[in-house]
Amino acid sequence: MITMEKTLLDLEPGMQGIIARFAGNPGFVRKLRTIGIREGKNLTVVTRHPLGGPVVIEVDGREVTLGRGMAVRVVVDVAA
Amino acid sequence: MKTVVLMGNPNVGKSGIFSRLTGTRVITSNYAGTTVDVSRGKTRLADGPAAVIDAPGTYSLAPTNPAEEVAAEILGEADVVVNVVDSTNLERNLYLTLETLERGVPAAVALNLWDEAGHQGITIDVDRLEELLGVPVVPTVGLSGQGIRELVERLGEARPSATIQPMSEEERWVAVGQITGEVQKIAHRHHTLADRLAEASIRPTSGIFIALAVIAAAFLAVRWIGEGLISFVFEPLFDLYTPIVMRASELLGPGILHDILIGRLIGGEIDYVESMGLLTTGLFVPFAMILPYIVAFYLILSILEDTGYLPRLATLADTFFHRLGMHGYGIIPVFLGFGCNVPGALATRVLETKKQRFIAATLMSLAIPCMAQIAMVFGVLGPFGLQYVVMVFVSLAVVYVAAGLILNRVVPGECPEIFLEIPPYRAPDLRATATKTWMRVRGFVGEAIPYLFLGILVVNLLYSVGFLDLLAAAFAPVMETWLGLPAGAAVALLVGFLRKDLAVGMLVPLGMSPEQLVIAVTMLTIYFPCVATFVVLLRELGARGMLAAAGVMVTTALLVGGALRVILIGF
Repeated sequence: MITMEKTLLDLEPGMQGIIARFAGNPGFVRKLRTIGIREGKNLTVVTRHPLGGPVVIEVDGREVTLGRGMAVRVVVDVAA
Repeated sequence: MKTVVLMGNPNVGKSGIFSRLTGTRVITSNYAGTTVDVSRGKTRLADGPAAVIDAPGTYSLAPTNPAEEVAAEILGEADVVVNVVDSTNLERNLYLTLETLERGVPAAVALNLWDEAGHQGITIDVDRLEELLGVPVVPTVGLSGQGIRELVERLGEARPSATIQPMSEEERWVAVGQITGEVQKIAHRHHTLADRLAEASIRPTSGIFIALAVIAAAFLAVRWIGEGLISFVFEPLFDLYTPIVMRASELLGPGILHDILIGRLIGGEIDYVESMGLLTTGLFVPFAMILPYIVAFYLILSILEDTGYLPRLATLADTFFHRLGMHGYGIIPVFLGFGCNVPGALATRVLETKKQRFIAATLMSLAIPCMAQIAMVFGVLGPFGLQYVVMVFVSLAVVYVAAGLILNRVVPGECPEIFLEIPPYRAPDLRATATKTWMRVRGFVGEAIPYLFLGILVVNLLYSVGFLDLLAAAFAPVMETWLGLPAGAAVALLVGFLRKDLAVGMLVPLGMSPEQLVIAVTMLTIYFPCVATFVVLLRELGARGMLAAAGVMVTTALLVGGALRVILIGF
């Protein structure tokens, strides 16, 4: 399968991807990993709130809300 | 006595297990030197009684916030750890499990929400997990109590794990993956109708409609339960009490002691709202007018918390609160503040940084009237027409937003973004809900009611020595020229520091126009928190923070009061 890298913020609601890596310091990375957002996991965008609002994603059947500043630092592989 | 510590991620039903283990005799208090609440109780193990501590939920022992720091510290007090794990989400929970076991403390694992995992088609090989972790593993259902007895029995076998050795963070993630892969099987599951309904509550448009409906229902329920408690429980109690105070009144005869204890008799009778005596109004207002609503409010809040709705509300509110320098959780102090500003002030702890907590606390003190005050606003302005009540609340909403936008720009510091897990909807655990409501009500009685009572005493004393009239005269110029209010309103504002609801009541005899009342009532909300909230804020923000907040409050009150005067009355 041909994939391309996108940031989580670029994904439209309903789109899926595989978490590739994080762009941030170790504290940021640990915060994401311990809540269940980890490299290699499949992720679905549930909704993206308008007007700069947060993004809600689903990983392993669990939903997590994160702000756009964090979403833009999550790099995801999506089917091209 | 042994100490058992409950450790686990947030939203794993830890408090349900805690209340199963301890029953209702539980104390919740600040962890020494911090602002994090920790619950402690007692239980009986095979080898005698033991203390139980419910550590705050944490994802890891490398803390990222004060609550997690406390959790990590409490682990040091443990003779035995019960690691409460969410069976429906084993992989994520195991990270903390491994970190805990690496510390070499005797432990047992409770695989909680076991029934829910079954419904979701998740099976876990308990025996194999026990081998791999090297400590007892017991499936539990906190809601029904299933597995709790076995958990208590097997705590006797708890010992430091022989299989889990200290490892690096990367190694730990690998181990988590290996263990999960070996013990867990997940049957593939399609999205159900319930899933779709749950998702509707976090999507922007449908979510906001649901949120408005939930909030409206919550306030209606609070009102209904509160009124029910008043007319069926508290007022009948005071009816029994009336003959006793009347007798006391006769015995005392007129004089200063009568004024302070009983207050003024109105038409030869005690009027519990207006008499203003320590033993009349001083007891009636806190217990028969405020407490019933507080009980109702905490009950509804606990239910909202336990169902898992609040993180969704925070997600929806984030777009708005983010602009005011907070994030979605900023709605929690607002929501709580409408009940009583004291727990609202405490709830600012859900925000991570000093800047965010400062903004949340200041805005709440400025623009969120508590239940007691709201009731008085309706009582005083309602008879003139609902439009005047609306004017007050619109003014306050404008103040909240405008002050928030400004504070976000001028207050230095960081504003971390929202980051939270949305737990699945769950039926509230009635035991845990009841316990939580009871603990919060007890906290309110302990923290706020003494100040309310003291407030009446101080007001009565100052009133009877003529000090209040003196102050009113001093503030009269500001009142009359700037705000267009009679000098007497200054007394109400001063009393408002002690008792906002009573202060609203004190505006009535001044014979003001409805427009003047709108100005006075709005000012009363904005200019300063009541003394109970003030004490809590002082503790939460520190002296410097409180001074800055007070400056914002007084300035805003004068600006808004002046503006309202121009709009409503003219020059």
